[in-house]
Amino acid sequence: MSGFTFQIDGIEITAKEGQTIMEAADETGIYIPRLCDHEGLRHQGGCRVCTVKAGGRSVAACTQPAAPDQLVENETPHINKLRRDLVGMLFNEGNHLCPICEASGNCELQAMAYRLGMTEPTQFPYLEPCRPVDASHPDVALDNNRCISCGRCVRASQDVDGKGVFGYVGRGIHRHIAANGADLADTDAEVTDFAISAEVCPVGCIIRKREGFSRPIGTRDYDNHLIGHDIEKKRDE
Amino acid sequence: MQGCDNGMTTGSKPSAEQHQIALICERYQNDPHRMLDILRDVQDRFRCISRAAMQTVAAKTGLTQVAVEGVASFYAFLSLEPKGRVTIRLCNDIVDQFAGLAAVTEAFEKELGITVGQTSADGAFSLENTPCIGMCDQAPAAMINDVVVTALTPEKVRAIAAALKDGKRPEDLISDRFDDLTPHARAVRMVDNNIKHAGTVLLGPVSDEAGLKKALERTPTQIIDQIEASGLRGCGGAGFTTGMKWRFASQTEENRRFIICNADEGEPGTFKDRVLLTERPHLLIEGMTIAARAVGAREGIIYLRGEYVYLRELLEEVLAERREKTLLGNAILGSDDFNFDIRVQMGAGAYICGEEGALISSCEGLPGEPKTRPPFPVTSGYLGHPTVVNNVETFCHAARILDCGAGWFFDMGTEGSHGTKLFSVSGDCINPGIYELPYGLSVRELLEMAGGEDAAAVLVGGPSGTMIARDTFHRKLTFDDLATGGAIVVFSSQRNILEIVEYYMSFFVHESCGYCTPCRVGNVFLQKAVAKFRKGLANPADIAYLKDLSATIMETSRCGLGMTSPNPILSTLDNFPLVYSAMVKPPKDRIRATFDIQSAISDARVLAKRRSSIYDKDFSK
Repeated sequence: MSGFTFQIDGIEITAKEGQTIMEAADETGIYIPRLCDHEGLRHQGGCRVCTVKAGGRSVAACTQPAAPDQLVENETPHINKLRRDLVGMLFNEGNHLCPICEASGNCELQAMAYRLGMTEPTQFPYLEPCRPVDASHPDVALDNNRCISCGRCVRASQDVDGKGVFGYVGRGIHRHIAANGADLADTDAEVTDFAISAEVCPVGCIIRKREGFSRPIGTRDYDNHLIGHDIEKKRDE
Repeated sequence: MQGCDNGMTTGSKPSAEQHQIALICERYQNDPHRMLDILRDVQDRFRCISRAAMQTVAAKTGLTQVAVEGVASFYAFLSLEPKGRVTIRLCNDIVDQFAGLAAVTEAFEKELGITVGQTSADGAFSLENTPCIGMCDQAPAAMINDVVVTALTPEKVRAIAAALKDGKRPEDLISDRFDDLTPHARAVRMVDNNIKHAGTVLLGPVSDEAGLKKALERTPTQIIDQIEASGLRGCGGAGFTTGMKWRFASQTEENRRFIICNADEGEPGTFKDRVLLTERPHLLIEGMTIAARAVGAREGIIYLRGEYVYLRELLEEVLAERREKTLLGNAILGSDDFNFDIRVQMGAGAYICGEEGALISSCEGLPGEPKTRPPFPVTSGYLGHPTVVNNVETFCHAARILDCGAGWFFDMGTEGSHGTKLFSVSGDCINPGIYELPYGLSVRELLEMAGGEDAAAVLVGGPSGTMIARDTFHRKLTFDDLATGGAIVVFSSQRNILEIVEYYMSFFVHESCGYCTPCRVGNVFLQKAVAKFRKGLANPADIAYLKDLSATIMETSRCGLGMTSPNPILSTLDNFPLVYSAMVKPPKDRIRATFDIQSAISDARVLAKRRSSIYDKDFSK
């Protein structure tokens, strides 16, 4: 079986057998918001921002296989409300102070909030964690207070760099990313690792030293386009 | 973080410790899939899993150190900090709290000179809290290392503490002749079965191996047909049709398949599997063996929750006895083509491992995180092989169905809910314990049997189930009305509903695995919101907030935990609305009633070393 079609918000999508809803949507130029998913990395299905309704059930588009003739709802008021809640949870779980954050303008969490129309604080309480900053490594610093537990660095290091510099430890609200050793300097992490690169960490948690604030406002990733523009522009072409 | 060798004197050099840890790894063939067993053994031997220990385990098993730490830090019974040689885990379930936990805790704290969460300076004792250990019918209860003590009182605690301080082993608390007792005798001396009503299927007389013998006369397809015809549905709570599950697994292309028994009953208020494991272990394994025959599996696992470690040797003895009698192992009962054996996998304190995918992850030596579905375990489960996971009670039923027939079972109960069910009844009733009854009784009928007629609220199915009020006690215990894995917790009118709800939300916060955002973060928000109600700081708008946030968590969570964790709130909002509205304060003028000025200024007050003339009512110049 080579391929089939299904619909996202009324638009016909062609999919190959075994593709997830998100993979098929990406190819067609339909953007489904996501934070823990990143092209080239294994799907995790943890952030749940890519929640869509498929055949009446709410599922994570990054891990849910596409099915022939299925009707998928993506950008509906209801789904976007769920996504705003999830993004709001991630904001309030950590300490995300955009005005003083080096990632501002390049941050996917911030960009997602703008895309979803979040312009004011939510009703959620701030958890205001106080997590230690790891600045032990000569070229890289980790500010876990800004981590959204997307795990992209974990998968990038394991699967692309072949190293395993990062991993998840702990459970529940205490679950967090940790370095494979006493601290990051205790690992074989290098600034040239894919896991450390700007595209892998969606927020300002993994910081490459001595290059902060290097891009002026106006030229940052999301200064002129909404997040997802790179995928959506495929449809215009 | 300090390792054990730094934190306490073990009397051995680090290299000797490393050597011993290496031996532990070799006992499990350095297999990373046996990580939970390895770490449990390290914990038992050294009372903690130090960074040095994790390095050794990582090197032996070929994993990264952080991967080992991921497992070690996930399970509540494993510890990165040194624990006492005797670790006392007090069950802090709400039933235990209502049964006098506070006085028991105080007695332990006084006798041991430490508070909950602490380890004594000499490394002798640790005192901890742990959620439901499956002893709600004899609360308050505690685990002392691998021993269970129940029906605790301050007097009993003083005697226990004196004996332990005197150098006695926890086992000696149970009997002076503990070592001479059989595993079964040890178990029943620790824990009462409390069988209050034995039904015809499980707890009444059962003929040995009759089901297995009949299964061997049938083809696998005939066995599955019979299970399907009986109407048997999973007894763990979800109620999936058992025959269908077996059929899916049997139809896979693979030739290596697994049968896993979920003996991780962690739903607060449930303890029925404890009784089956104690009194019907042969029937359980007979059922698993029949399932193996039906789906073509050669390997099985019993996943026993860490809290039931006291039943481990009983199960191991039964397995050995069955191997001896060729009821397990190669050529079962002389059938050359039928080989099946079982190992016991101990859990280590994680409610989430009762979820099918998380249970499989845990068996694989991983943190107990649910798996992405699809694929479903019946096609790709343990180590990627087709796997049938069923509850203890379900396997026992299956063995009985093979013996007595599908029609016999189908005729009991009601339409859609066939056979009998074990109910674990606890809380404010005269006769807490196990009731085996056909499906279809009303809650009121069960309350009458258990002496709980004065109940003001009944929690059916544990916190992930439904809390109902007196006006709906006529509702039926069936899959279609009040579905339950068997937990029935009775609350009298003396109990504070919001206190119960707040406890259960803290339970879900404690037990969420943290993999997905809504369950990890959303449940913390819910817990905080309920706390606001209890403190009288809630706005009228907070009721809508609770419902709204609950809906998001349920719709977007990755597994059943988050899909049901808001139930304590939602079902009490529905059935006890006055409990909430009575605590709500309408906002005055422009002041937010929800703003707690006292706690907001408390830090500043401490720093400034003075009190406020405006906000401290007792302030006097």
